[in-house]
Amino acid sequence: MDILFTGLLLGGTYALIAMGLNLQYGMARIMNLANGEVLVAGGFGAFWFWTTSQVSPLLTVFVVAPLAFALNWLIYVVILRPLVKRAKSRGQLETDAILTTFGLSFVAVGVMLAVFGGDYFSYSYLARPVHFVGDTYGLNRVVAFVSAVILCGALWLWLYNSRAGMSVRAIAVAPDSARLVGINVPRLSALAFALGGAITAMGGALVSMFLTLDASTGVIFTLKALIIVIMGGVGDIRGTVVAALLLGVLETFVARIIDPGLTLAAAYLLFVLILLLRPQGLLGKSRS
Amino acid sequence: MTRTEIQQVALAAALLAAAACLPFVSDAYLLSIGVTIAMYTVLATSWALFSGPTHYISLATAAFFGIGTYVTGMGIEHLPYWLLLPIAGLIGAVLAALVGIATLRLSGVYFVIFTLGLAELVRQIITWFQNISGQKGLYVLTAITEEHIYWQLVGLAALVFLTGWAIWRSRLGFAVRILGDDEEVARHAGINTARVKVLLFMVPGAVAAITGAILAPRYVYIEPSIAFTPMLSFQVVIMALLGGTGRLWGPIVGVIPFTFLWEAISGTFPNQTTLLLGLSFLVIVYLLPKGFVGLMQSARNRVNRREGFA
Repeated sequence: MDILFTGLLLGGTYALIAMGLNLQYGMARIMNLANGEVLVAGGFGAFWFWTTSQVSPLLTVFVVAPLAFALNWLIYVVILRPLVKRAKSRGQLETDAILTTFGLSFVAVGVMLAVFGGDYFSYSYLARPVHFVGDTYGLNRVVAFVSAVILCGALWLWLYNSRAGMSVRAIAVAPDSARLVGINVPRLSALAFALGGAITAMGGALVSMFLTLDASTGVIFTLKALIIVIMGGVGDIRGTVVAALLLGVLETFVARIIDPGLTLAAAYLLFVLILLLRPQGLLGKSRS
Repeated sequence: MTRTEIQQVALAAALLAAAACLPFVSDAYLLSIGVTIAMYTVLATSWALFSGPTHYISLATAAFFGIGTYVTGMGIEHLPYWLLLPIAGLIGAVLAALVGIATLRLSGVYFVIFTLGLAELVRQIITWFQNISGQKGLYVLTAITEEHIYWQLVGLAALVFLTGWAIWRSRLGFAVRILGDDEEVARHAGINTARVKVLLFMVPGAVAAITGAILAPRYVYIEPSIAFTPMLSFQVVIMALLGGTGRLWGPIVGVIPFTFLWEAISGTFPNQTTLLLGLSFLVIVYLLPKGFVGLMQSARNRVNRREGFA
């Protein structure tokens, strides 16, 4: 019971992070391997505001989001759009995007190392126990989960109840046809990419409330988010949520029962099973 | 074999023989750089054998390399050293085949993601085993000197070049070239694309594991964080792409300058190596999409065209 709830709490924040990546990969068609660094940067922001001026991470989220949005929009327009234009095929764009975002991720790690140093950073915020069905949980985890649920809900409403959201979903399904029905694909791709970055950074600020981060942990989060996105189905928001919760529970289970050092191994086990059994994603329809 | 092919083989053999003479003329520092260059030549060339034609970025080098060092580390007490290298190669090839079977049937992105975390995955599992068994690191104490390591690596490099050349001439190589140009066409031509990719991926897997096994005595003390440094995978990718994967000798053109650059940067600004890696990736994508080899080729084409007009 205890494991299940802790896992779900963790999975909720994973869902938020993976949604950010899903917007970038599923909708904007850029495999962004620098995603984890955006997350760590968001976490740094929350850490910095809390330790210097005791600003609650829940408020920092609203500072981090527009900054990350602007930064990711710039990255897309300046660095990635030329690649989209020059790519002759989806495969070539993928290879180019992978190499470029790797480059960006290393540059980001290098810059963060230079600015903040290589230390782990963590702070104590709302580290009080709450009691629920006979067990105790950290209040910060609960608060992070609730915030993640609210943000996910807002994103879902935007995607399914607004014109821009519908256009973005249309791009995810058929990027070439979307243009034919008057959707401004370049502009909305940039929007989706920037929004994805903003959501990931918010996720980072929330995660930093209860996890210890350092400048080079980004890649682990990138990997987890990627595995969740593939597991849930690329471009599929519901699948992402289910997959994130599943990963959260499995990871907590493995960490508690077997060894805390094996969390990535657990994620990989899920990944391999999905690749072998349902490569189209948990909820995806089979395509041949 | 045609006449030019014989010339090329002779030239390659002469260059390798010259490279093998390095320990006789150099001091210890130069030899250690020689070992580094030989190591990356082997790794980058074998990497390019797979990733060049298929365009699948493999980041698994560190995983195979680490497994190789562990084969030597665990086996050196029980088995003769010369037996360990083929064992490492075999394990590397089998693991590559398993990874390939799981991921190479699908889109390239899955493969990249899987290999990205592979080194970390193997590292976590080995650390876990060590926690259970209560054993921490491994000592590799041998009489093998830096010179021996260097010669083994040069020999392995010769083997890799030979393998690459043999594959290029074989049916497999022909299938790979078609596949690299257009996978759809390859499939319609009756090529089992997944099988070709898996077979080809076994080459860098085996070679990287053997390289790790050869280099294990150099470390003396092995623990997971030394054996599985993720940086290695990225360095290999950068060197191979910097040189260019279109030719068998392409990666070596990237290995030599990048090794010296890396030595210089890590000597003067040790904390900025990640930044260097990042910028190198960007340079490759935006300025050198075909590597140095591509640069030379277009320069030669330009000269030829000018002469043609004159």
